[in-house]
Amino acid sequence: MSEPLLSVRDLKVTFTRQGAEPFHAVDGVSFDVRPGQTVGLVGESGCGKSVTSLAIMGLLPRRGNSVSGQVMFEGTDLLGLSDKQMRERRGRDLGMIFQDPLSSLNPVVSIGVQVAEVVQRHRQVSKSVAMEEARAMLDKVGIPDPRRRLREYPHQLSGGMRQRALIAMALACRPRLLIADEPTTALDVTIQAQILALLKDLVSESDTALVMITHDLGVVAGMCDDVNVLYGGRLVERNMRHDLFAAPAHPYTNGLLGSIPRLDSARGEPLDPIPGSVSDNLPWAESCAFAPRCPSAAPDCLASSPELVPHGGGGTDGEGALRCFHPVVPAEVAR
Amino acid sequence: MNLMSSKKERIDSLAASVAEVEVAEAGTVKDTGGESLIAGAWRRLRRNPIFLIGLTLTALFVLLAIISPWLAPWDPAAQPLIDKVERQSNPVPGPEPGHPLGGDNRGRDLLSRVLIGSQQTLVVGVVATLIGLSGGLVLGTVAGAFGGWADALVMRVVDVMLSIPGLLLAFSLAALAARPSQWTVIIAIAIVQIPIFARLLRGSMLAQRHSDHVLAARALGVRPSLIVMRHMLPNSMGPVIVQSTLVVATSIIDAAALSFLGLGNPDDRRPEWGQMLGASQQYLNEHPHLAFWPAGCIIVVALGFTLMGESLREALDPKTRR
Ligand SMILES: Nc1ncnc2c1ncn2[C@@H]1O[C@H](COP(=O)(O)OP(=O)(O)OP(=O)(O)O)[C@@H](O)[C@H]1O
Ligand code: SF4
Ligand SMILES: [Mg+2]
Repeated sequence: MSEPLLSVRDLKVTFTRQGAEPFHAVDGVSFDVRPGQTVGLVGESGCGKSVTSLAIMGLLPRRGNSVSGQVMFEGTDLLGLSDKQMRERRGRDLGMIFQDPLSSLNPVVSIGVQVAEVVQRHRQVSKSVAMEEARAMLDKVGIPDPRRRLREYPHQLSGGMRQRALIAMALACRPRLLIADEPTTALDVTIQAQILALLKDLVSESDTALVMITHDLGVVAGMCDDVNVLYGGRLVERNMRHDLFAAPAHPYTNGLLGSIPRLDSARGEPLDPIPGSVSDNLPWAESCAFAPRCPSAAPDCLASSPELVPHGGGGTDGEGALRCFHPVVPAEVAR
Repeated sequence: MNLMSSKKERIDSLAASVAEVEVAEAGTVKDTGGESLIAGAWRRLRRNPIFLIGLTLTALFVLLAIISPWLAPWDPAAQPLIDKVERQSNPVPGPEPGHPLGGDNRGRDLLSRVLIGSQQTLVVGVVATLIGLSGGLVLGTVAGAFGGWADALVMRVVDVMLSIPGLLLAFSLAALAARPSQWTVIIAIAIVQIPIFARLLRGSMLAQRHSDHVLAARALGVRPSLIVMRHMLPNSMGPVIVQSTLVVATSIIDAAALSFLGLGNPDDRRPEWGQMLGASQQYLNEHPHLAFWPAGCIIVVALGFTLMGESLREALDPKTRR
């Protein structure tokens, strides 16, 4: 097995606000991404997916939070880099795309200038070369008539086009890692599928590793090699995609699977969402945070905190892991 | 104190309006191209009679300033009626053929002076606004871009300036000038506007700093200087432009006030409405028409700029959009 490209170890992000309890948005998350691999980071809203990705990119606000752990990227701990060193890497070694394509583009600058800006930033090329490169990138992400689009402004593009333009910007300098934070949530269903297919093609063609952040296991099913399931800022289950879908072991994962609409489910049949919400969470320190919503919860779940332990043969190198006292047995798997 | 906080609140709410526009426009799921902020604002403005009145008045004023040399029958400094002033007991000649509005106390043709006066009035209003705007842009950009102690320092100075009533500050500054001239008037008025522009710009820059597109640019490694100049500043200009329109009106009125108190430009060869109004005060009882014409022009022009600015603000404010 190849060495990991990105290796996140015991990442913790704590928000400290005056007059409020410190809030552990990310509470000791570890995972690996190998070159060219696509890894999913899955969980409900508020479980810390975006904060994890911003911490990796060094984009968290300068004040009001503390970050600890390690983010090893090709042997360097990104958390130890200066602002300037990190700026050199962003856009060149690591790229990121966000949820809302319209608000992620500068409304008063043309698409061409915005794409060329990245090229000029990281490569010593002239403006015209950068612009030509931008045109080639727009072409590559499937924007028709790229030469005309270069001169257009974000509001003139459709939602799907805008996300394509953002992908072009993120991939313009051929980063080895791309983080996509819910890249399709703000788009129409049909456009969602197109964008996912495009991302899949682009990363496999250029051998870029992809961290796919989503709350939608359906997205994971079509794209990811490994899947990490987050709950309340902690990893609760990790497995190879196939194993995770075939035999979810954590009750939370099982619940997420049960809430995906299925082709063979009868029309109008209610989905089976997980009851309750993250606001019911217990503190991880002395219990299982998921216990109030967990169908398998037992007294020990309230009395002590489950550890992350190796589980199954899963993960690309047998690193499947699980944080639960009472894993789901195959007979209970949501179907 | 109350006055000051209401002034600040007004500035800040205007600054915040841009940030809200972005929120209001986000979250669209339709896969069609949208309408730009400018296009949307223009569509609403085109049907707004208040805006159209303001725009017309402003346009007529600017047009008058441009063509007045051809319209005016006399040179504004010539004294064709000087004999009358000297011969008659009446120091202000009344209307007569060739001088439809009569003359002023020095025998100059009043109509020509009112017409030509539009030029200097426009210059005072626009130049004072531009100076105030430039000063405010520099201070506001420093505060909004760097944050931290630079922000704290700039905002402290700005707040102190805002705590002094604007006109009082302008009077004091103009009174400091050893030799009053058109420039001392312009600069005194402009300085008063600097803190308003600075606070306004800083507010909308701060909103921009946390915007998605700035985060996206940072995620691409774009340099901070470029983030400020290309991504934050241009997107923060909406409220500043609205404010500029309103400030032209305030500047013209402030200039008149300075002249009225004897702090204006003493050289009256090239007339300015505020200055003409100031010079008319000793004849107010017997010859109110000397004050009527320049004052009327000032009111109409200030109204034009204000109507235009207020409807621009409304068009850009998401709370009043449907
Ligand atoms: N700047 C911040 N200050 C304080 N708390 C924050 C901040 N940013 C995020 N949080 C909190 O951290 C938690 C995790 O947020 P995060 O944005 O990572 O969630 P997420 O998993 O990405 O959810 P979503 O699906 O809604 O994007 C949330 O409870 C959020 O309230
Ligand atoms: S530890 Fe207990 S409460 Fe937590 S997920 Fe497992 S069974 Fe449910
Ligand atoms: Mg998120």
